[in-house]
Amino acid sequence: MSIELFRIDDRLIHGQVVVGWAQPLDVSFIVLVDDEVSQSDWEQELYRMGVPPTVDVHFDSVETASAKLPGYMADVRRGILLTGDIDTMRRLVEKSGIVSRCNLGGIHHRSGRNQRMRYVFLSTDEEQALRDMAAGGVEVTAQDVPAARAVPLDDVLQGGGGK
Amino acid sequence: MTNDEVAPARAVVAGHGLFAEGMIRAVAQITGRSDMFIPISNATMSRDSLEAAMREHIAAGAVVIFTDLPAGSCTIAARKAMRGDDRVTLVTGVNLAGLLDFALHGDRSAAEAAQAAAEKARAAIAVIGGTP
Repeated sequence: MSIELFRIDDRLIHGQVVVGWAQPLDVSFIVLVDDEVSQSDWEQELYRMGVPPTVDVHFDSVETASAKLPGYMADVRRGILLTGDIDTMRRLVEKSGIVSRCNLGGIHHRSGRNQRMRYVFLSTDEEQALRDMAAGGVEVTAQDVPAARAVPLDDVLQGGGGK
Repeated sequence: MTNDEVAPARAVVAGHGLFAEGMIRAVAQITGRSDMFIPISNATMSRDSLEAAMREHIAAGAVVIFTDLPAGSCTIAARKAMRGDDRVTLVTGVNLAGLLDFALHGDRSAAEAAQAAAEKARAAIAVIGGTP
């Protein structure tokens, strides 16, 4: 599989992704899946600015990403796929049927969410969506940076990942 | 402040972890002044809440935003928050030398002060010794 990381991160492309993950994984492309960003040239340019010129960035909606995902996964180069929220990843998982792993990288505080880890805050609906993904065969773990331990979903939901 | 004095430009300093707080403390330690700076840390903040915080400070009068990394989440949030607002200037990759320059030259316009701070920050980086 050439998508090395399927990550949910509400900051999308930022330092932790570009420096923390993309460099050690020797990533050559990033797929940013976001229905809103996929429709905005200005936002795409903004996120592209944060990526070295040697790394390609593809902007997709859930619809186009699920159609292109087999191609991305067949790419001989290494890539990262990002979504900004759980619902987008859940829809991609359901629509494509070929996502087997999911990394919770940064889901920050918002009204209605409870803190589960230092960088993971979840609403009841979001917890259920993650449970549904896991029940469907997706390995869900939380890990903000490569040097950190990957915390299994059950531990995350029990608050055992450390706050 | 008398009527002849110009209020110093207010600036947001935003970055990872304790970058902003540490930088502002360092400016205060050196100059005794730091009241023109407002710190923002991206720790525990989503892109939306970062952008909202920037907008709030811009609405309250901040006219310059300093960020740590050109491609970091703070810079992206700043660019979104200041879009369409010509009063606001963004300086990315700022360091202590740049912030000191800004703190010590409150008589300039915000844009001039930001430009001068960026030049000072750039000029402060030097490599001394070592074998290439």
